[in-house]
Amino acid sequence: MSFINYSSREINCKIVYYGPGLCGKTTNLSFIFKKTNPEHRGKMISLATETERTLFFDFLPLSLGDIKGFKTRFHLYTVPGQIFYDASRKLILKGVDGIVFVADSQIERMDANMESFENMKINLKEQSYDLAGIPYVIQYNKRDLPGVAPVAELKKILNVDGAPDFEAVAAAGVGVFETLKAVVKLVLIELKKGT
Amino acid sequence: MGEAFESGWEGNISRGLTMPTSSLVMFEEEFKQITVVIDRLLKEANAKVVFVVDKDGQLIASSGDTGDIDTTSLASLTAGNIAATGGLAKLIGEREFSILFHEGERDNLHISIVAQRVILVVIFDQKSSLGLVRLRVKKASDELNTILQKLLQRVEKKPSDQENLLSEITDGDIDKLFH
Repeated sequence: MSFINYSSREINCKIVYYGPGLCGKTTNLSFIFKKTNPEHRGKMISLATETERTLFFDFLPLSLGDIKGFKTRFHLYTVPGQIFYDASRKLILKGVDGIVFVADSQIERMDANMESFENMKINLKEQSYDLAGIPYVIQYNKRDLPGVAPVAELKKILNVDGAPDFEAVAAAGVGVFETLKAVVKLVLIELKKGT
Repeated sequence: MGEAFESGWEGNISRGLTMPTSSLVMFEEEFKQITVVIDRLLKEANAKVVFVVDKDGQLIASSGDTGDIDTTSLASLTAGNIAATGGLAKLIGEREFSILFHEGERDNLHISIVAQRVILVVIFDQKSSLGLVRLRVKKASDELNTILQKLLQRVEKKPSDQENLLSEITDGDIDKLFH
């Protein structure tokens, strides 16, 4: 749920990176953090285990510039991908304005992708959201690895609704900003027409 | 964990099933009123800093010396904290834990939920006490509650300010953000 503050002239929106464990959600945020001018971003917070698996969430605040005299700020969150952290995922989806679903392109992770996608829909529904009504994009990550599924195959399984989708190698930054830009744009367009 | 988590704002602002379009909106007038309340709370509770954060992690207002504090992170983590303890509460059959207290060596955090909608955070040290903070927070919460109710009614009745701003945004404006 966006927060429009007429007093400080700010528009704040929340974007959540969703996807199965080890698909590269945190890697996306880390790359954005590294490549963004420090003036335009805050600290990145990672609530992770000692082995760097996300335990609760990662958080990165971004400031993108002005629209009609209003500062636009985006709060990027990741969910913990591991199956047993479902309770945490539900909490992080609360108030979401836009979603990036990060899929792991490796063939052996196809089931995990599908499971996570279904899980996302269920968790959204529990909060009275419907995926069809929320701006979302899909990222097919890890395209550089051997043994990845063809993009057409991934599209057929994960993107039947034809959401904007992007190939990526998040560890090298490929496709990271394209994905972010697409979701930001969708969120702002939705905000514009949604009121 | 089957039930949906409560969110106070939605209960008061009608929203469709498909899209969480109802934004939290803050206007100058209510912002000033909130600031007056938390400025007073800061003084009366002998606190160092007071924050008002919404349950989704957005900072609404602050009072006191925030210079050394990363307020954005504080807001986000506070909301995460409240969300996690709210989840715990539901597991044991409570609706929510309305007060959280974290004791540090030097500074302490008193976190409370106001009217199930926003989170009031008070940072204080040995110059104050938990009892005093609790007492003052209670009074400030009632005042904040009244302001928030008014704000919600205003948003419900008159969404025109907001509509104007958002409908004026062009695709070009959005594209420009990335250049």
